[in-house]
Amino acid sequence: MKTFKIGGIHPADNKLSAAVPFETVPLPAQVIIPLEQHIGAPTVAVVAKGDKVKAGQLIGEAQGPVSANIHSSVSGTVTKLDTVIDAWGYKRPAVYISVEGDEWMEGIDRSGILKEQCDLTPEEIIAKIKNAGIVGLGGACFPTHVKLVPPPSMTVDTLIVNAVECEPYLTHNHRLMLEKGREIMTGIEILKKALKVDKAVIGIEANKPDAIKYMEELAASHDGVSVQALKMKYPQGGEKQLIAACTGREVKSGAIPASVGVVVQNVATVFAVYEAVQLNKPLVEVAITISGPSVKHPGNYIIRIGTPLGDALAMAGGLPEDTGKIIGGGPMMGRAFMTTDVPATKRSAGLVLMPESLSKRRPVMNCIRCGKCVEACPMGLEPYLLAQLGAKQDWERSEKEKVTDCIECGSCMYTCPSNRPLLDYIRMGKAEVMGIIKARAKK
Amino acid sequence: MSEFIISPAPHIHGRDSVVKNMRNVIIALVPAYLCSIVFFGVGALVVSAVSIISCVLFEYLIQVYVLKKPNSVGDLSAVLTGLLLAMNLPSNLPWWMVVIGAFIAIGVGKMCFGGLGCNPFNPALVGRVFLLLSFPAAMTTWPLPKLLPATYTDAETGATVLSLIKEGALADAASGATVKLPTYTDMLLGNMGGSMGEVSAIALLLGFIFLLATRTITWHIPVSILATVAIFGGILYLADPSAYMDPLTQLLSGGMLLGAIFMATDYVTSPMTKRGQIIYGIGIGIICVVIRCFGSYPEGMSFAILIMNAVTPLINYYVKPKRFGGK
Repeated sequence: MKTFKIGGIHPADNKLSAAVPFETVPLPAQVIIPLEQHIGAPTVAVVAKGDKVKAGQLIGEAQGPVSANIHSSVSGTVTKLDTVIDAWGYKRPAVYISVEGDEWMEGIDRSGILKEQCDLTPEEIIAKIKNAGIVGLGGACFPTHVKLVPPPSMTVDTLIVNAVECEPYLTHNHRLMLEKGREIMTGIEILKKALKVDKAVIGIEANKPDAIKYMEELAASHDGVSVQALKMKYPQGGEKQLIAACTGREVKSGAIPASVGVVVQNVATVFAVYEAVQLNKPLVEVAITISGPSVKHPGNYIIRIGTPLGDALAMAGGLPEDTGKIIGGGPMMGRAFMTTDVPATKRSAGLVLMPESLSKRRPVMNCIRCGKCVEACPMGLEPYLLAQLGAKQDWERSEKEKVTDCIECGSCMYTCPSNRPLLDYIRMGKAEVMGIIKARAKK
Repeated sequence: MSEFIISPAPHIHGRDSVVKNMRNVIIALVPAYLCSIVFFGVGALVVSAVSIISCVLFEYLIQVYVLKKPNSVGDLSAVLTGLLLAMNLPSNLPWWMVVIGAFIAIGVGKMCFGGLGCNPFNPALVGRVFLLLSFPAAMTTWPLPKLLPATYTDAETGATVLSLIKEGALADAASGATVKLPTYTDMLLGNMGGSMGEVSAIALLLGFIFLLATRTITWHIPVSILATVAIFGGILYLADPSAYMDPLTQLLSGGMLLGAIFMATDYVTSPMTKRGQIIYGIGIGIICVVIRCFGSYPEGMSFAILIMNAVTPLINYYVKPKRFGGK
């Protein structure tokens, strides 16, 4: 079985909710939809207080080439345009909508019938994806339509579908494959057409044997689509690592995947593409996981954007009493939240509730120079050195030692026997050096 | 304010720790330690007990009363230094010399530089080499192995393989004289004179397997040292078997295995990258064989490791891991 070569770690995968089918979170009384849920320019509201909206109606219009439309996830009345403290702790402009019924925009196919046939041209497909506000659902939230038009100098030959889900606890990608496999296959065909490629590889880690088997069965009737079972190793879901694992190609420092002929799309994005292109349905709901060692009923949920994540948590048995940390997303790269009362966005991967005993960092000791962080780094960097340079604010050498290549996967810190806050320093150094590089480019 | 803990990712930790690694090395030393008790009896017990207790005590006193930092004895690194120092000493060394060695190892070798993780040289070897230079006679009179002897400083002594060879045993044997060198079986089991922990090859190799299995160390340093010694020693042997020992004797004699498996692999003083570790290992192998075959000391493992310890920062500066997407 394949995997990437450099570095990587093996945290316990704790896929507690792998066997639990999706449930739909009921509509709340009010949704709060932030107008900025992606990498790129924020959207501008096209509704005003008092407006009646339907589910799937445009409420935030994309600005500039890298941006993504935002649609109402419910029907009801816009009660105010205000700010909300989003999951990252930032104040963002948002549209507040009080929910009335569940009326959808015309033309959105809600029949639930699989629609495989697609006769659109690549340009029409990309336009539909753009209108539907689809962004990368693997966590980066980069607008998908931009990724589907690689620079003309690069020839793309392979679509890789990222179904690795290497973060411990998270299982919604796994469930999506089991429950929406045919839709995903259609999505892959659509993306192949949009990218004008013949080959698609679905990368799945070995801890999901049922998904591997099912997707292989489905792929058998799709030309050029294959499943690549991958040996478990974190961070295999990292774009560069996944490309290396599936094709053996290494994306150079600072380059994009298209430079080695690959475009990667997360499996949930592929499903969203299916819904947008075949059903005319914009991205108004996402799949999430609610899990954690003490969660009563860890599970997978489909949640409308703007619904408090706490509503899904309530269905999973509520906040465990011993909770010390609320993690938005997986425990390796997710963010610590102050509350579960944050609206679901395109970025949401779910919640992992950590008991207090596992939430605190342990006391930091001197670096014993064991080199385990160097061994763990999937980018071939020297985390101990980058952290040291960060602490000394030596940005010149930090740049030379490729701090900007860091993908912030956390493998170094996970491994460190001295519990050193390696990634804290590296993140700081990376931001600092990126700023310096940008300033230099401007001159 | 949130009642929940806010900190940046990652939110989980692999639960590896300094104590765990130190403990693993100590466990890996147990077979060799038991062998030294079997062969050197009371002497081995006294020397190891004095060494460990003094190392721990000096670390505690210096850390708490001189550096005024929290007590760090619990990380087990001083226990390990004490045990390693003892393993590198003859079992009939007077106890007060052991105390001096422990003071130099911990005080000069480690705490002077700031304690755990800061020392450029392997502390146990700093202690050992200081004793070797200060008390050359006591440090090179080796007790002969017996079954559980009750002797300490009054043990019957003899020469080591390496000192016999340095005195010309190979040339004597070539000219027909009867020379009593230990057999390979003796060397594998430890039935020969030497420092208390270095004699049994099998016990040391068992420890190596344990260290590899627990991922405490990787193969890079020990294997590159041993391969270099075998190749370089082998070339010399082929050139003149009457002057140079055969490669197997090189590998099984003196502090070769103890040094390659337990001393050279000290985290703090060895390079960070795998490629760097191989360069470091090759360096140790070459220097050790040069000292053994051309130097005035019969054994060169301690010096070889200390010299390469000094080169480690340079190796770390120039030898980089294979970068992802690099050339």
